[in-house]
Amino acid sequence: MSDLDDLYQEIILDHNKSPRNRRKLEQADHTAEGYNPLCGDHVNVFINVENGVVKEVTFEGSGCAISTASASLMTEELKGKTLDEAKVLFKRFHGMITGEDRESSEEAGLGKLEVFSGVCRYPARVKCATLAWHTVRAALDSGGESVTTE
Amino acid sequence: MTTTAPQYSEPPVGTDAEAIDVHAIRADFPILRQTVNGKPLIYMDNTATTQKPQAVIDALSDFYATRNANVHRGVHHLSVQATQAYEQARLKVRDFLGASRVEEIVYVRGTTEAINLVAQTYGRANIHAGDEVVISTMEHHSNIVPWQILCQQQGATLRVVPINDAGEFLFDEYEKLLGPRTKLVAVTHVSNAMGTVNPVERIIQRAHACGARVLIDGAQAVPHMKVDVRALDCDFYAFSGHKVFGPTGVGVLYGKFDVLDAMPPYQSGGDMIQTVSFEKTTYNDLPARFEAGTPNIAASIGLGAAIDYVTAIGLDRIARYERGLLHYTTEALSRIPEVRMIGTAADKASVVSFVVDGVHPHDVGTILDSEFGIAVRAGHHCAMPLMKRFNVPATVRASMAFYNTREEIDALAGAVKRVVEVFG
Ligand SMILES: Cc1ncc(COP(=O)(O)O)c(C=O)c1O
Repeated sequence: MSDLDDLYQEIILDHNKSPRNRRKLEQADHTAEGYNPLCGDHVNVFINVENGVVKEVTFEGSGCAISTASASLMTEELKGKTLDEAKVLFKRFHGMITGEDRESSEEAGLGKLEVFSGVCRYPARVKCATLAWHTVRAALDSGGESVTTE
Repeated sequence: MTTTAPQYSEPPVGTDAEAIDVHAIRADFPILRQTVNGKPLIYMDNTATTQKPQAVIDALSDFYATRNANVHRGVHHLSVQATQAYEQARLKVRDFLGASRVEEIVYVRGTTEAINLVAQTYGRANIHAGDEVVISTMEHHSNIVPWQILCQQQGATLRVVPINDAGEFLFDEYEKLLGPRTKLVAVTHVSNAMGTVNPVERIIQRAHACGARVLIDGAQAVPHMKVDVRALDCDFYAFSGHKVFGPTGVGVLYGKFDVLDAMPPYQSGGDMIQTVSFEKTTYNDLPARFEAGTPNIAASIGLGAAIDYVTAIGLDRIARYERGLLHYTTEALSRIPEVRMIGTAADKASVVSFVVDGVHPHDVGTILDSEFGIAVRAGHHCAMPLMKRFNVPATVRASMAFYNTREEIDALAGAVKRVVEVFG
């Protein structure tokens, strides 16, 4: 089971079962909707930013374990980060998942997010892991439109 | 060259499992010898595409190695050989479908192109503002979107026959939808997402009684059962070569001669013409009129080889063997309490769609593949309206061909139990 344990680590299974911050944020100043047409995974993100810092971030949606856990862990990691830090984190996370930037992501210390490192060996699942992140970026960049992983 | 009508063997005595010698058959499919993630490949995604027997692979390479030339164009030896092989394969398709005339067999790229062809030629010429096209809830997107586009172009209306919770076509509702405005009915013979076998013969009769033409999407029927377009009396029948153990890139549109003959051309260019001048072009006879440009010659010949292959086994034997597989799979999965079947029609082909409580189909698919070497489809199966009908985002689908075994189904059931444990 080594490979599988690598993908579906305990933390991922736990965040899938009880996702953190899965609720709507009534007065969000940034929102966006993300959709992965291949899987039907669907996510809405809600963000409040104050003085350039992510004060609150939540999500709603349905999807596979990888996309749900990724959204859940993302909300925990983003909270309290400056917008610049958030961008860097996204870049490193993306690099790790796609296997394009392994070294720097390891050095960077992605913390809990490293549980997703196994995803890069499952190309069919990369989009699941990055959907919530793409959606957050869209929310912060444009203040609210729909993105797809295509 | 002539071909004789295929000889179907009598259904054998004995159990369904003995209807064919599955181990001998597996030896004909080189890809089935491989391992995936260290496990022997268990290929259960036959609805997406089927594997190819050595005979089909050989037909492709023999063509390129010994007979490659363009068809209908040269007087030289190779061109004559290529044309003969290409046209002989068409005769095999005619016999395979039970069509009366070879002119009724049009080579296309696949089911999708066949349906688009009918929509944009027959449809644009015959369906007008206020007319109606009838499809069903269980159609593949390729039997929805071409009609949607046609209806938009012509100001016609698309009507959809509902299904029941078992995934069966509701005939009574269908009858209510039919009327003087119905110009065309387009229904799948077998549902790719659930395996439901539709009562197409009755559907066709009923449509004809109100003057509508009928297109049957046969993509998932021809690999599983004997199809006879004359007995069905359909106006059009479409299927894809790659889903019936042939190559990708070729498919077939069958159309009744008189219906096809009255249709305007689809694509235009070489081969579909008789004479061209800058003032006027006259079109070629059937079926060339609908085959503009250089076709997929090798794939068409490969399709002929695939038809020979399944015909030699016998579609009655295949149907019988697969009935056993379907029953066995349904039993094995139903014993797992967390499994819910999507599509429990009384009449089904060997396609089993299901969801596992609390586990997304993609996670099931990944675990089946990476831990057990089992290839299934996890997704919406190009049937999003159907997923909506069952209120699921996606399903896991195991679709079996005659080379699948009961041991493989045992492995599938074991793997699903493991999924339940991991996510438990
Ligand atoms: C019922 C049905 N219709 C149409 C199609 C489209 O076939 P193709 O992609 O070969 O054109 C499929 C393929 O999945 C199918 O299952």
